[in-house]
Amino acid sequence: MTAPRDFKYVGTRPIRHDGVDKVTGRASYGADAAWPGMLHGFVLRSPHAHARIVSIDTGAAEAVPGVHAVITGKDLPETTATIALGEAAIDLRDIGDNVLAKTKTLYHGHAVAAVAATTIDIAREAAAAIEVVYDVLEPVTGIDRALGAGAPILHPALVTKGAAGPDAGGPTNIASRMELKRGDVDAGFAEADLVVEREFRTPMVHQGYIEPHACIARCGEDGRAVVWCTTQGPFVVRDACAAIVGLDPANVKVVPSEIGGGFGGKIVVYLEPLALALARKARRPVKIVMGRDDVFRATGPTSGSKVRVKLGAKRDGTIVAASASLWYEAGAYAGSPVGAGAMCMLAAYKVPNFFIEAYDVVVNKPKVAAYRAPGSPIAAFAVESVVDEIARELKIDPIELRLMNANAEGDRAPYGPKYGPIGLAQILEAARAHPHWRAPLGANQGRGFAVGFWFNAGMNSSATVTLNSDGSAAVVTGNPDIGGTRAAQAMMAAEELGIPVERVRSNVGDTDGSGFTDVTGGSRVCYATGMAVIRAAEDAREQLRARAATIWNVSKDAVGWENGRAIPPAGTEKASPMTVAELTAKMTQTGGPIVGRASLYAPMAGPAFGAHICDLEVDPETGRSRIVRYTAFQDVGKAVHPSYVEGQMQGGVAQGIGWALNEEYIYSADGVMENAGFLDYRMPVASDLPMIETVIVEVANPLHPYGVRGVGEVPIVPPLAAVANAMRDATGIRFTELPLSPPRVLEAIEAAAAVPVEA
Amino acid sequence: MSKLHIETTINREPAEFLCEPHETVLSALRNGLGLTGTKEGCATGDCGACSILLDGRLVPACLVLAPEAQGRTITTIEGLSRGDALHPLQQKFLEHAALQCGICTPGFIVAAKALLDATPEPSEEETRYWLAGNLCRCTGYDKIVRAVLDAASEMKGSAA
Ligand code: FES
Ligand code: FES
Repeated sequence: MTAPRDFKYVGTRPIRHDGVDKVTGRASYGADAAWPGMLHGFVLRSPHAHARIVSIDTGAAEAVPGVHAVITGKDLPETTATIALGEAAIDLRDIGDNVLAKTKTLYHGHAVAAVAATTIDIAREAAAAIEVVYDVLEPVTGIDRALGAGAPILHPALVTKGAAGPDAGGPTNIASRMELKRGDVDAGFAEADLVVEREFRTPMVHQGYIEPHACIARCGEDGRAVVWCTTQGPFVVRDACAAIVGLDPANVKVVPSEIGGGFGGKIVVYLEPLALALARKARRPVKIVMGRDDVFRATGPTSGSKVRVKLGAKRDGTIVAASASLWYEAGAYAGSPVGAGAMCMLAAYKVPNFFIEAYDVVVNKPKVAAYRAPGSPIAAFAVESVVDEIARELKIDPIELRLMNANAEGDRAPYGPKYGPIGLAQILEAARAHPHWRAPLGANQGRGFAVGFWFNAGMNSSATVTLNSDGSAAVVTGNPDIGGTRAAQAMMAAEELGIPVERVRSNVGDTDGSGFTDVTGGSRVCYATGMAVIRAAEDAREQLRARAATIWNVSKDAVGWENGRAIPPAGTEKASPMTVAELTAKMTQTGGPIVGRASLYAPMAGPAFGAHICDLEVDPETGRSRIVRYTAFQDVGKAVHPSYVEGQMQGGVAQGIGWALNEEYIYSADGVMENAGFLDYRMPVASDLPMIETVIVEVANPLHPYGVRGVGEVPIVPPLAAVANAMRDATGIRFTELPLSPPRVLEAIEAAAAVPVEA
Repeated sequence: MSKLHIETTINREPAEFLCEPHETVLSALRNGLGLTGTKEGCATGDCGACSILLDGRLVPACLVLAPEAQGRTITTIEGLSRGDALHPLQQKFLEHAALQCGICTPGFIVAAKALLDATPEPSEEETRYWLAGNLCRCTGYDKIVRAVLDAASEMKGSAA
């Protein structure tokens, strides 16, 4: 049990340790490094969404003066390796093929060759001289085409994994199908007084990190390699590069740069194996930086989707049955987050009878990557829209309806386990009590409410805490700091050691300099790696107690510890309490350096819920809408550095609003992405948004010594539905397809005006 | 193809560099001069990560050709702090936790400096519209806008 504890540093807002470097331009990000003798790499990409590669002739490119290496898919061995990532596994055969196409190109922008040359201009010119002969195939541009009769097949050998559905057997674009069920759905719906069913669609959207992918690699004659890159997972890069390029992972060191955003999209590799293979061939370091257009075309997006949801409720608001079908686009290779979507969609509600089926569908679009609570926002958009409809039909306050049906500690999550302490009721009550919920609305304004859920990950983490002779400490972990985790880790070490937080240096190690650590992702760093830091600091503290025992010539058990000082047992002559600095000053005489260390597997973090209230104003003349007020409530367990917790919530809300209102991948009929730039892929800017109010609720997670749950992912889950529900409130129109862009909204408003709708 | 020799003033010091005729100021700063504080997010003028001041005017360095810098004055993020003292904007960005990943931060600080140079007391709305050319994907802009407004009021206080 987590006993309430008085914290000295946890819960305060110190200035982050890497802050000055980042406001002065000194911090070194992926594209900021340059190595002596470095070559510049350029990647040639497929202009076709779906094509067989008949031949590639690199002769002319190799003849361009200044070109040192050219590679194609033939230069990379096919691998069958996988990398464990929590419960899941990354299939490196697919990743290898995605990095450089072997026999087919599967989306517009799929890499087919790469060149290293003395300048980027020469590399680009040489790439243009590569002759690729394609046999162009009909592209599968979306879910309906993928499942339709006579659909082109992306992978002839693909077999549907999982619970066999009606379409099993034969060539297919369905990579997997899963089911979740409980109770008797038909009986449940028969009991319902109200049944609402809707079908929803969302387009592919990108994580939109501002820093494009970038790396430098070198590889010696002895096979030893170093890769510098912007990544959320240096160990993933190490293992993936080794397998894809054909090197011994023991010989590959990955040094993570500062990272300019990732949101899940910088976990897998894109450029690193290419830079490494080119560097091996050229025997020179090779740097590759991706252009923004290629970031859009060839990395990241999360799935486009089709989701059908049916909910049944009693007149009093009790939800008695649910059924849902989810189809998520995986992009070119299996692996959409549809399973997570299915598991999250009813996480907030006690539903006695449900049946959910989830399809992972391959299409000729970029292979999807994780994006902040992968799969959950899409599912929440559907479910929370339908819950909103039920509240309207039954004339029950939307927060009240959710409270009536809310899961609580001891209830069984739809995905299996029983919930421990969760803060769902608390955030709902906080939202209901908040002045925003009762504030008057202006003309053409509407208010929407939605909740969202994410599991939060645990997984592997390691940390060391090294004490210096002046009583300061250095923390090393293997998690790139994507949003303030150095500060949080320093605070936790300071808390355990009782030294000022400014006296702790917080470092991100490379793959040789830190113990194995899973990715910066899954909202896990502050939780799992934080726990490793706490344990490592405790280990250092225990060593300090032992040193005090040596000095006082008493047994270690007799030495107390209070407020950063070792306390001598009562009656010890001439002994007075010793501070950390006093003890570390004597390290050499009392046994040598002190390094605290910890490595652990955190099985699962505390699941978390968020609830959002959104006020939106729509201009009926143009269909353009504006978010006028937004409040986000979230159970974070314990906020270590509240400013960065608020920042995560605000950032997730902004991304969710972008997803709801403007962002989408637009494809031509040939599967060519038509808006691969920030001008046409419209992410929210400062003038699009109001201040985003945050309300932090803390229901301690018993799995963490301070109660931390993790924070980063939940905030992107509710906004899609919160915005759509606000739009429904403002216009009377239920939108089931995102984004709610001005043309779509205007068209619907005009159609509604032409045909009067029933209330 | 011969390179051009450009003489300019960068962050209050004379500077010279060689560049290709088609090279951008962004590339010259980052690759030629090692001033990597100015970032590239898009190279098409749409993200503001490369914001610099050219003769005091806010421009995206990715849209200015390097030869155009001849005889002109450039201020980059590296030129904002003086000695040990951070610029008030830099200090306020730290205090307000207005950065998460930090890749957009140099561009925002340079753009905000241009705002405060022109409009010492901007409203929230003016600040939001001025900064609309800078993308941040991490923060939702809330803390950035607060940091800029706070820096403005502090600078006004110290100027008075
Ligand atoms: S890099 Fe210049 S505006 Fe984006
Ligand atoms: S802090 Fe990451 S993009 Fe702004």
